Amino acid sequence: MDITKNTVKHVSHLARIDLCDKELDKLAVQLKSILDFIDKLKELDVKDVNAASHILPLNNVFREDTLSESLPLEETLKNAPQKNDKFFGVPKVIE
Amino acid sequence: MEYVAVIGLEVHLHLKTKTKAFCGCSTEFGSQPNTQVCPVCLGFPGSLPVLNKKAFDYAIKTGLALNCKVQNFTKFDRKNYFYPDLPKNYQISQYDLPLATKGYLDIEVEGKIKRIGITRVHMEEDAGKLIHKENCSLVDFNRAGVPLLEIVSEPDINSPLEAYEYLSTLKSILEYLEVSDCDMEKGSLRCDANVSIRPKGETTLGTKTELKNMNSFKGVRDALDYEIKRQSEALNRNEKISQETRLWDAKTMVSVPMRTKEGAQDYRYFPEPDLPPFLVSDEQILGLKNEIPELPTEKMLRFIKEYGLSEYDAKVLTSDKKFAYITEERIKKYPSANKKPVVNWSIGPVLETAAASKMEPADLIIPGGDDEFIKLIKLAEDGQISNLVAKSVFNESLKANKLATQIIREKNLFQISDESSLEKLADEVIKGNPGPVQDFKSGKTNAIMFLVGQLMKKSGGKANPKVVQDVLRRRLTDV
Repeated sequence: MDITKNTVKHVSHLARIDLCDKELDKLAVQLKSILDFIDKLKELDVKDVNAASHILPLNNVFREDTLSESLPLEETLKNAPQKNDKFFGVPKVIE
Repeated sequence: MEYVAVIGLEVHLHLKTKTKAFCGCSTEFGSQPNTQVCPVCLGFPGSLPVLNKKAFDYAIKTGLALNCKVQNFTKFDRKNYFYPDLPKNYQISQYDLPLATKGYLDIEVEGKIKRIGITRVHMEEDAGKLIHKENCSLVDFNRAGVPLLEIVSEPDINSPLEAYEYLSTLKSILEYLEVSDCDMEKGSLRCDANVSIRPKGETTLGTKTELKNMNSFKGVRDALDYEIKRQSEALNRNEKISQETRLWDAKTMVSVPMRTKEGAQDYRYFPEPDLPPFLVSDEQILGLKNEIPELPTEKMLRFIKEYGLSEYDAKVLTSDKKFAYITEERIKKYPSANKKPVVNWSIGPVLETAAASKMEPADLIIPGGDDEFIKLIKLAEDGQISNLVAKSVFNESLKANKLATQIIREKNLFQISDESSLEKLADEVIKGNPGPVQDFKSGKTNAIMFLVGQLMKKSGGKANPKVVQDVLRRRLTDV
């Protein structure tokens, strides 16, 4: 699979990671080698294997609709980098 | 040029569970900010979501009520994006294997039934709420993780009115199912619309826009009206429609394009590894299907058949589940075979009084309950009291919290149908109004209505108008 500098740029933006030009070049090469390695799996014949959506042989794990205790407000906001009264504070976003 | 609108609606619905979709935090509306949160709904590392069984059952029931095929195998996926109201930086949703697909909803528009396809019904979780201040934005995560159902229609809707009817019909079904409060003001029902237009007779679809931020069904209709007009005018000027999201402003009745981030959305869906998949057996589906109550349309048809109601009456009575239920109880208790008087009273005075006092019609308390209500209707129907008197007694009974029959007795409101006492009054009226009497005798038969009115006045409104007319006619031709 071809990984260009632009692909890395796009992916880094999606992950909100700032990368400089040098890093973009370096990561393009590294990501390509990782994906090439994973591409080895394509050599396997999986014609008769169902796609897995989960790694454990589990299904139908439910809980009943019963209340459990929520966190105290103090605890909830304890590690927030910015808070305002009872709220988490974040840089202003406009729709 | 004449255009046809092509509209698809996307409805988001809060499921009426006590706790959130994947944790035991309360879903109650209006609590103090950030007091209904825990490590799961705040997306703390190491926490594990577990699906609420009730939310899942509600979702399947809704799918079934919308005539969908419920899937025997369904799973959840992560929809990845960054926004401050989304604590995990992904929303647990369903992508390629939604729990129900390919349903439909029949709506009635201008007397005709139209079938609107339902593409899919899937579960997801709600995000938190943002409050924008001068210099920063505030986040309340109480809503984060509340179970949501997304109901996506096929683009089968061709007018704002059809969209309105679709939403009303859908809401009525959801209320019958008791799976959601459907309160747009509280955000428990939200609706987005996709709309494009194409010249009449052509089949290629135009470029669509997405409308958001409508907070009532009327708002949806208004926003669609505006958008169809806007697109038509643009095409008539040979302008291109750009694919965009537009926000509706109910105050100015105008929509404006939403500022969008560069580049197309890239949600990178992948299977949610924290939730194992779900298998739904045919027996389970059947079990849930059997729990679905009689839905509005079925009830309406049954009312028409069983009680001989008109389609209009049946529709009004069945639009609200509780009201339909109590009205049917009253219809059953009413002693005559002709049930029309109970229906008229329910649609008339009961609904009017409820509306005037801003109450749910089912919550209206009638002193003495159904028995008194039925006695009152029967008295009016049998001509023992006049309809007008019956209505004012009904109002007074509710206002003074007094039995209707007691008011009638105390005020002696029984109608005078006794001919001998009416004859006396008739003679007085004839004596006192020689002009109209002359008119009647010379062939202006309408003049009798004036004399009836005079007699009614003399009796204090208690005379039986039908008997009055008979007596007057007889005295006028006899004398």
